[in-house]
Amino acid sequence: MNNFMESVGANPGRSGHRRSIEAARILFDVREKLSGLFGADDPLRVIFCANATEGLNLAIRGLLRPGDHVITSSVEHNSVMRPLRRLETDGVELSIAQCSPAGVLDPADIIKLIKKNTALIVINHASNVTGSILPVTEIGKIAREHGALLLVDAAQTAGCCPINIGADCIDLLVFTGHKNLFGPQGTGGIVIGPRVDVEKMEPLKRGGTGSRSEFETQPDFLPDKYESGTPNAVGIAGLGAGIDFVMAEGVGKIRTREREFAGRLIAGLKDIENVTVYGGHNPELQTATVSFNIRDMESSEVAMLLDEEYDIMCRPGLHCSPATHITIGTFPAGAVRFGLSHLNTEEDIDTALSAVRTLAGRGR
Amino acid sequence: MSSEFGVVLFESTTAALRAEKNAVRAGLKIKLIPVPRHLSSECGFCLRFEWDDREKVESLLRENNLKFDGIEKLA
Repeated sequence: MNNFMESVGANPGRSGHRRSIEAARILFDVREKLSGLFGADDPLRVIFCANATEGLNLAIRGLLRPGDHVITSSVEHNSVMRPLRRLETDGVELSIAQCSPAGVLDPADIIKLIKKNTALIVINHASNVTGSILPVTEIGKIAREHGALLLVDAAQTAGCCPINIGADCIDLLVFTGHKNLFGPQGTGGIVIGPRVDVEKMEPLKRGGTGSRSEFETQPDFLPDKYESGTPNAVGIAGLGAGIDFVMAEGVGKIRTREREFAGRLIAGLKDIENVTVYGGHNPELQTATVSFNIRDMESSEVAMLLDEEYDIMCRPGLHCSPATHITIGTFPAGAVRFGLSHLNTEEDIDTALSAVRTLAGRGR
Repeated sequence: MSSEFGVVLFESTTAALRAEKNAVRAGLKIKLIPVPRHLSSECGFCLRFEWDDREKVESLLRENNLKFDGIEKLA
């Protein structure tokens, strides 16, 4: 990012001068890194967006038409739920597969909801509340058997769980840059698989692309069709550096370490009297995001005490996902969420556990 | 060195960049330049190559399945 601001600073693909070309090269390199990371063949089908929310809106609003049927799960983030609920008022049929109170989704429940007009299935790879990993590949196979597309919200997993859009049967993969890809905020995007007919996917925005400037209509080729306006090139440069870091660490190694951390944290929390932990608790299907409550204490109060007294920062409340909290039985009170990364240490986790133990044992 | 050049035109700057990477890997002497105004009203860039390398460039594009809009000789 420093290199971009100090030595490049130009608008990618808008001119042919060396800095504009260099800016465009940086973007292209990051497209290649992302397509490599996610097992995609074509870097031109990697579309940059401002965040995962924009990527999800692009896919959902770009693909669904009145009369189409879409299936999602009961543990989705509002970045999926809100665009779907809006489309519902326009005549898109919406079905929601109910997950168990532990946040587990049975693929058979998706099959039951399939209709003739099912065009799309939208699920997260892992919940942003419970950290439960959903059976993406099984659902991808179901989508393929029934002629629907699978859109996966990988905001929680891109960079910390291995993802291969081919092997995992994912048609559209949405990622954010600022979490496990170690990029800056304001970066994210969507990888469009070969089964998606982009002629049938409308862009969210239309505008300048640096290509086909003689025409006042939007280009129909990728990535230009979906990328109008000056991009966040400095942010994408930072995302590229983040991906380099992830690749050097190794997604497999990151996953192993996070699985161990999650196991240690969950086991420790379950050991504390008056603490309830939410989620599937199968370590193989668990990211390093863990939510819990201390008896009847408000999650906001717990989070404030953890911050003020223990320098532990976490997120209380509903985590932009009322559906998940209804599913796990914590609506509208919410829960306290710890989000670990592979850069934490065992000591960090033990410090957090000790703090929770103290708070749980304290009289109100 | 050849003093004559040709350019490959692409539909997008991203496609031009992909071709540039492939051409560099293949050891071809190429350069991305602004699309000459008489060839197109694009505001993007194209891949300039030495005209003697024309066949190599064409086979590189085809072998790597790189879509392009056309090849033009520069006057």
